[in-house]
Amino acid sequence: MSTVVTRLRGRQDRNVWFWVFVGPFFLGLLIFVYIPIVWSVYLSFFDARNTVTPTRFVGLGNYSYLLQDRAFLTSMGTFTVFAAFIVPVTFAGSLGLALLVNKAKVAKAFFRSAFFLPTACSYVIAAMIWRLSFFNGARFGLVNTLLRGLGFDNVNWLGGGNYWYWLVLVTLRLWLQVGFYMILFMAGLQRIPTDTYEAAAIDGARGWNVFRYITFPQLRSTSVAVLLLLLIAAFQAFDEFYNTLISVGGYPPFARPPLVYLYLISLGGGTQDLGLGSAGTIILTVLIAVIGLAQLKIVSLRSKEETS
Amino acid sequence: MKSSRLVSTLRYVALVLLAGLFLMPFYVLLRNAFSTQLGITAPQWHWIPDSLNGDNIKELFNNRNVPIARSLANSATVSIIQTFGTVAISAMAGYGLARIENRLSRVILGMTVLTLMVPAAVTFIPSFVMVSSLGWISTLRGLIIPGLFSAFATFLFRQYFLGFPKELEEAAYIDGAGYWRTFWRVVMPNTYGICAAIGTIIFIGSWNAFLWPLLIGQDRSYRTIQVALSQFMTSQRIDMPQLFVGAAVAILPVVLVFIFLQRYLVQGVERSGID
Repeated sequence: MSTVVTRLRGRQDRNVWFWVFVGPFFLGLLIFVYIPIVWSVYLSFFDARNTVTPTRFVGLGNYSYLLQDRAFLTSMGTFTVFAAFIVPVTFAGSLGLALLVNKAKVAKAFFRSAFFLPTACSYVIAAMIWRLSFFNGARFGLVNTLLRGLGFDNVNWLGGGNYWYWLVLVTLRLWLQVGFYMILFMAGLQRIPTDTYEAAAIDGARGWNVFRYITFPQLRSTSVAVLLLLLIAAFQAFDEFYNTLISVGGYPPFARPPLVYLYLISLGGGTQDLGLGSAGTIILTVLIAVIGLAQLKIVSLRSKEETS
Repeated sequence: MKSSRLVSTLRYVALVLLAGLFLMPFYVLLRNAFSTQLGITAPQWHWIPDSLNGDNIKELFNNRNVPIARSLANSATVSIIQTFGTVAISAMAGYGLARIENRLSRVILGMTVLTLMVPAAVTFIPSFVMVSSLGWISTLRGLIIPGLFSAFATFLFRQYFLGFPKELEEAAYIDGAGYWRTFWRVVMPNTYGICAAIGTIIFIGSWNAFLWPLLIGQDRSYRTIQVALSQFMTSQRIDMPQLFVGAAVAILPVVLVFIFLQRYLVQGVERSGID
């Protein structure tokens, strides 16, 4: 008996101390991440309206419903459009800002802070400024005032009769997140050894060529990380869509990215369909995992090619 | 030579214009916070606020429909506990995974990395189901506890401790200190930088969080400031000056944290790029 106990405790009670240190985190991970995921896989096979202990098994019913559901497919389309705008724009913008700020000799810290500060703002507050002041559809909105100055008509930005809401949503997120990725690129730029540039200068490279053949290739690992983070962040878009578009009458039928759609069918709307919502989150999780793995695969393939 | 001076002048012009553009939303926020409703909705846009006397802030705190003080207190409680709790829990876990041999440490590390890949926002329905079956809807527990276990922070701490000089700890072991004392007396005091970096990121994320508090804080008195502002913004008749003065108050803590801890924040962001 006592030998079993000593073995369990390990040398110098190592196992006991391992669990003292790691136990709280591991327990939390189990209770708030892993068990819920398993539970939600279970729920996704049931008709779970307004209940977390359903009895009516529906098999793959929720999945097949969602995959044929126009609203769900539209939400994936909405994500695709959003990502197609926000990912390249933020990527180029943050890289551009990093290059600009990095070369500044005077007031570098000020410029870095000015572009980084919006990261500290919440989407709720940014949405407030965007929808009520910048892109207010009324005459007093700032952009409408500018447009009138140029001889154009007022635009009803968020009314849904046009596609201008994309401009509102994309500029909002761009402002809020671009500084974060700029910092990542600036860190990447700092890691490029200066003698690479010196060698290039001797060879007569300048301007665009330096960027094209030295800076950008050296930033590859940062670029890959930035792209992946941007894509996952776009997939999770919720806060700014919700706060920019919801009104007293509820959320409009357009511009519903996946999380907003799932929120509305499972928790925020009238139906409270947890089975359907769970099936939806699982589809999204699988998609994210596939995107992540594919990206890893592509990166490792490329680096193999380069080393061989 | 001439062209390079031109380039550098152009660069500064671009930087100044862009910085102005990036800071403008903050200015508009302040302008609205110190304007009257008429000043904001006048057909002609004004840059100069017309109510600099602070009436808006008094009215906001006296507004019975918007429990702003309560929401601010909720946000402060949640984000302070989450910041210190997450740093403590993750630092301990990261240390254990990096330094104490155990057969399960590979499995737990794998689960941590997997959690990193599945973003929390996607698991909001299952987590909500869990928390509601624990009976934690509309409680501070429900707002705080599920947010204490950050795979991101644990992973960063583990990476950091792998590169931490072992000599310090070995000296402590020779002096007879166990894991616990070594960790709190020797390791943690030499870990301020990374703790501040991770803590700053957690604080800002926690103060600005929206979806989770929206789900959990269903009762008015358990709303965080972000949820309160969001509800205020979409209520029947919005009082814009009050709304924006509320936003100005809500943004103050994160701006202060940003100004004073920016160095650590940058450090934390750089580490979060994971390479």
